[in-house]
Amino acid sequence: MAKVKVEVPVLTGSTVFPVMKEGATSGIKSHLAKEKDMVALGFPGALLPDWKERAVERMAELLKKYKSLQVYLDICVKCGSCTDKCQFYLGTKDPRNMPVARQELLRKVYRRYLTVSGKVLGPLVDAEDLTMETLDEWHTYFYQCSECRRCSVYCPYGIDTAEITMAAREILDAIGYGQKYITEIIHKVYTIGNNLGMPGPAIQSTLDFIVEDIKDTTGAEVELPMDVVGADVLLVTPSADFFASPHVESLAGYAKVFKQAGLSWTLSSHASEAGNFGMFIGNFEVMRNVAKRIREGIEIIKPKRLVHGECGHAWRIAYSFWNTLIGPFDSLDPNYPAPQHICEFTHDLIKRGALKLDKTANDDFVVTFHDSCNVARGARMGNMKGGQFVIPREIIKATCNKFVDMAPNTIHEHTFCCGGGGGILTDELIDVRIKGAMPRMNAYKAIKDSHGANFFALICAICKAQMTKVFPYYGYEMEEVGGVHQLVNRAIVMGGKEGI
Amino acid sequence: MEPSVLLTLVFTAMAYGAIAVFVAGVAAKLYRYKTTPSPLRIPTTPAPISPIGVPFRIFGDVVFFNSLFKGNKWTWIGGIVFHYAFLMVVLRHLRYFFYPEPGWVMSLQAAGIYAGILLPLAVLYLLMRRTSVDRTMFVSSLADYFVLALIFCIAVTGLLMKYYVRPFMVDVKGFVYGLVTLNPSAVPFEPVFLLHLLLVFTLLVYFPFSKLMHSGGIFFSPTRNQCDNPREKRHINPWSPNLGA
Ligand code: SF4
Ligand code: SF4
Ligand code: SF4
Repeated sequence: MAKVKVEVPVLTGSTVFPVMKEGATSGIKSHLAKEKDMVALGFPGALLPDWKERAVERMAELLKKYKSLQVYLDICVKCGSCTDKCQFYLGTKDPRNMPVARQELLRKVYRRYLTVSGKVLGPLVDAEDLTMETLDEWHTYFYQCSECRRCSVYCPYGIDTAEITMAAREILDAIGYGQKYITEIIHKVYTIGNNLGMPGPAIQSTLDFIVEDIKDTTGAEVELPMDVVGADVLLVTPSADFFASPHVESLAGYAKVFKQAGLSWTLSSHASEAGNFGMFIGNFEVMRNVAKRIREGIEIIKPKRLVHGECGHAWRIAYSFWNTLIGPFDSLDPNYPAPQHICEFTHDLIKRGALKLDKTANDDFVVTFHDSCNVARGARMGNMKGGQFVIPREIIKATCNKFVDMAPNTIHEHTFCCGGGGGILTDELIDVRIKGAMPRMNAYKAIKDSHGANFFALICAICKAQMTKVFPYYGYEMEEVGGVHQLVNRAIVMGGKEGI
Repeated sequence: MEPSVLLTLVFTAMAYGAIAVFVAGVAAKLYRYKTTPSPLRIPTTPAPISPIGVPFRIFGDVVFFNSLFKGNKWTWIGGIVFHYAFLMVVLRHLRYFFYPEPGWVMSLQAAGIYAGILLPLAVLYLLMRRTSVDRTMFVSSLADYFVLALIFCIAVTGLLMKYYVRPFMVDVKGFVYGLVTLNPSAVPFEPVFLLHLLLVFTLLVYFPFSKLMHSGGIFFSPTRNQCDNPREKRHINPWSPNLGA
């Protein structure tokens, strides 16, 4: 792969409004999708000859299917409230990365072909013809959005640019102009069952390896069971947890928690992926096809409970969409939420005093927590408002002595995205990813300088992959990045159960 | 036909035309917003966790501009002053639509005057914000300036009548009330008043086709009008209700 030129912003500890640089990242494009991946997903393999008509048609269809799209394309007043909220604008300085400017890329075509005023008045009302340049602009800037929804929080009407990005990507897919990274991964899920493309036996052997490794390094005897029919708990987690670092350390953490809870649990080789890149391209059918494996996994394993591992976008889909996509979960025990986040599960045990945690095991660390945006703004945990902010932090505080939060305007629903979500975790976009991470990195630098933070805890597989990649560019160790259950894994004292 | 009769005819026709376009246009848009399905649950945090909380959240955004407050205090203050001044001015005008004038409308008259003075100032402030920040400057276009200019001119012609040209209020009321009661009467021949009317008609006709639909659209914004209980209550996608469909 050709080396991509990168430019790393200098961290100052606080993110200020940049001086705009038009076209700063106009040349950074993700690769076009391959024919075989597009076809497998049910899209045209290459750009259709009548792409223009088809694109407008698809847009019109989507407008009838999505209230969000219809309302949001109409009602933006360009107040500017969102303009300085996107990490990709703050990091790249490219004004097309301001949420409202991103939306306008789609809106001007909407006006031109699908509104009365645009048809009549054209350029006077910002209506613009759909051209090949427009398509390329879409392919550029709708893949410089991580669908993190930060902009939506500050919009007076809640306009959610992620909804618009998804629609734009759907239109691009419908005319055969998709993106390689996302379609390739979904294709792997269709044929093999998970994003990494690991067949069952390969997962089994890595699991065996991890079990050995845990034993060698910590002396703990844990199990990572797979395909145990009738287990109490089915754990669905991103496949990165089986393979990538630091993800595996959280997997070890889950295993220890389950063991201490005394529950039988299992992974499923069929439902071996919590992630669902169908969301990134916004296509309902694809998203449901991917999610269907979870439903089938439940049918195969027949568990009482469904628990979900650490992953941001996946938790949004599981929490917010699964019930719609593949519910209802009538076969599961109604006394537990379906699905239940592993943090909810662990937190519950901690509250009941069922886990023994030795905080000193994490004494090397001053921990801070990154609210992954899909969890923060698109899902929840527990039974109270804001549970997704409280529960992971309470777990962290139970596993270490030193916890500090980053600046208030960068956490909770205000959190900055890691810069790698939403289907842009691909090498050709590394420059944009580095810059998109800048506001988050600035907040981390600030807490590092003031409180000595040296462990960046999070609960998202993509964030973990992105941050371990990006940290070194900013001069930090990738080992500073890790999962919440990685802390649990280190602190948990095996054996001594205290009254479950 | 006498010129004054012709003028009355033209303005009466335009008034009914503009109102018809406004009502039909807004109704059509709102109908579309209402009937377009929401396939998935997408509320943005902090969302209420039960349906009871939804009206409160929307109330906060409609009445206090809560989300805008989080986003930008300077725009928020301008927006608040502008919208409430606009509202007051509209309410003040109700005196032309009723006979006898309801007491509460009359009690608003004094405040309405201040609002009338504040309105063009608020517009100028918003214009200044729009042009002085590079980000909003970049995203602004003709349509955005057009609405500001239109409302500015409406406000200024209104103030001109209040303080300078002073047409016969009885005639003005006679014309407007005539429209309301479907009993058209002569339009006062006062150029500033006629211009004021023309601008208002323009605004009414422009309204349903423009971003001014934010006023109704906000109630249909899925990130704001949904509650956060997807695990407890299964949300059905109306256009694809079942798995395997
Ligand atoms: S905050 Fe909302 S209304 Fe304002 S410019 Fe952004 S998208 Fe448009
Ligand atoms: S969804 Fe996130 S990445 Fe996309 S425009 Fe909004 S703030 Fe930027
Ligand atoms: S990877 Fe993490 S921070 Fe980035 S979009 Fe996903 S959840 Fe948000």
